[in-house]
Amino acid sequence: MEWFLANSGTVFGLAGQHFVLAVVPMVLGLIISVPLAQLARGRRALRTAVTTASSLLYTIPSLALFIILPPVLGTRILDPVNVVVALTIYAVALLVRAALDAFDSVDEELRLAATAMGFTASARFLRIDIPLSLPVLFAGLRVVSVSNISLVSVAALLGVGNLGVLFTDGLQRTFVTEVVVGILGILVLALLMDALLVLLERALTPWTRAAAGPTAGSAARMAAMTETRIHEGAG
Amino acid sequence: MAEAMIEFLSVTKQYQGGQPAVDNLSMSIDQGAITVFVGPSGCGKTTSLRMINRMVEPTSGTITVAGRDVSAEPAARLRRSMGYVMQSAGLMPHRTVLDNVATVPRLNGVPKKEARRRAAELLDVVGLASGLGRRYPSQLSGGQQQRVGVARALAADPPVLLMDEPFSAVDPVVRDELQQELLRLQRELAKTIVFVTHDIDEATVLGDKVAVFAVGGRLAQYAAPEEILRAPANDFVASFVGRDRGFRRLSFNSADSIRLHPAKTVDAAAAAGGNSEWALVLDDDSRPLGWASPRDGGGLVPGGSLFRPGDSLRRALDAALSSPSGLGVAVDGDGRLAGVLKAEEILALIEESRRLREEPA
Repeated sequence: MEWFLANSGTVFGLAGQHFVLAVVPMVLGLIISVPLAQLARGRRALRTAVTTASSLLYTIPSLALFIILPPVLGTRILDPVNVVVALTIYAVALLVRAALDAFDSVDEELRLAATAMGFTASARFLRIDIPLSLPVLFAGLRVVSVSNISLVSVAALLGVGNLGVLFTDGLQRTFVTEVVVGILGILVLALLMDALLVLLERALTPWTRAAAGPTAGSAARMAAMTETRIHEGAG
Repeated sequence: MAEAMIEFLSVTKQYQGGQPAVDNLSMSIDQGAITVFVGPSGCGKTTSLRMINRMVEPTSGTITVAGRDVSAEPAARLRRSMGYVMQSAGLMPHRTVLDNVATVPRLNGVPKKEARRRAAELLDVVGLASGLGRRYPSQLSGGQQQRVGVARALAADPPVLLMDEPFSAVDPVVRDELQQELLRLQRELAKTIVFVTHDIDEATVLGDKVAVFAVGGRLAQYAAPEEILRAPANDFVASFVGRDRGFRRLSFNSADSIRLHPAKTVDAAAAAGGNSEWALVLDDDSRPLGWASPRDGGGLVPGGSLFRPGDSLRRALDAALSSPSGLGVAVDGDGRLAGVLKAEEILALIEESRRLREEPA
């Protein structure tokens, strides 16, 4: 506790870096995944290719990716861009599947009704597909947020600043307090991010709480959570 | 002869490697009337409906609406000019009821406030309380959702309404209500309605004209419902129309000239005391409650269906046949006893109307 109070400035600084390194790839991943999923949705071959590629990508060990990327991108090994790119790849791998599942969760009859009413294809995508896929999409985002926060700490091995630095430093000095502060910091950060996502989802999907009983959205969320448990071993 | 609003000219729809879903269909649909497409699964009735608003594009042939080829207009704009109601109401779960109804006007660029005001009016038109407008569709019953679906289809005041089995997913009581509601609306609005169903009863209740489709997308008969029941064009139509068609056709015969007889009545207290013959039990307002049985010391037996002013011979006969005493109960507009009907007199009326039809005009 004393150590934490003495070094709180450093810890908060590292936490801030950690947060940015986790959030930026998540947002980039979302921006890439949603259009990609929409493109792959109606095309069977592309869909198979995308889902297979996303599974394969997720099996690449993160440390290997951090080391391979600098020569590929022409960046320095300490450049945080490497971390952002690597985590974006993981985020896309998770989110493209979540987005495909999310679009699948939109009732086909409803899409037909929208067409019959005279929605153009783009209006239907923006006003029907996107809002109604939010519950399943958010389930995916919550997984990515946790996954990213844990993966960012690996980058500390390369010396990129984040809460993981407290592990490497604490281990070298065999100073347990520092390691514990690192673990707790990451835990708190993950919980905060999750709470933020939950609040954002609630604000964006007021209709899901109008219905009595479990909705289709919550069932899909359960399915997505179970699926990710299998993935998490790979990171 | 009514003016044609929609015309099919040699329209064929063929999916790859199959027999035609719709085979060389030519027909014209009257303006301001309800035309029902009816037939078994796979007869092309829904495909035909969906070709009108280009949800399905024909392989060959032309469809015109108000004289204009539908393929000449951008599909999205064409669809906004027609109301569409489907089996699952197809409401957007993430929009309130009011915003669901306002959908098409909003797509047409009507300001939100004005579209909502119009939507609120329409909720009233289809018989929904205005308070429901703020709810989400999942908070409504199936019948209410279907009414919202109808309100939504009417929102842009389109001249044409396409209805694709809109009432087949609700229970029979609600379906009956919705059918009567549609007929009431149609009397006020006089839209050109194309209605698809697989239920011949629904077709004969709603249709000004009924088109019976046979499997393979052929039009087997296209006529007024009374004619389809009386004179099926071929064996397929006869078997599709079913065994009770003679009885159902009585729906089109007026029972206005039926004779009402005075009924033997008792009040509820006397009913328990035992009677020598069937007697009708009335409440204080002379509305029928049931029949007092002459057997086992009286007791109240539930009555049959009621015959109301303006009802058909079918209702009259059913009132007599469903009554435990064999006498049909007729009531006035307020539900008070008007008299009783005798089955043999109803049969005599049926025979008379048959003779009248046979006489040369």
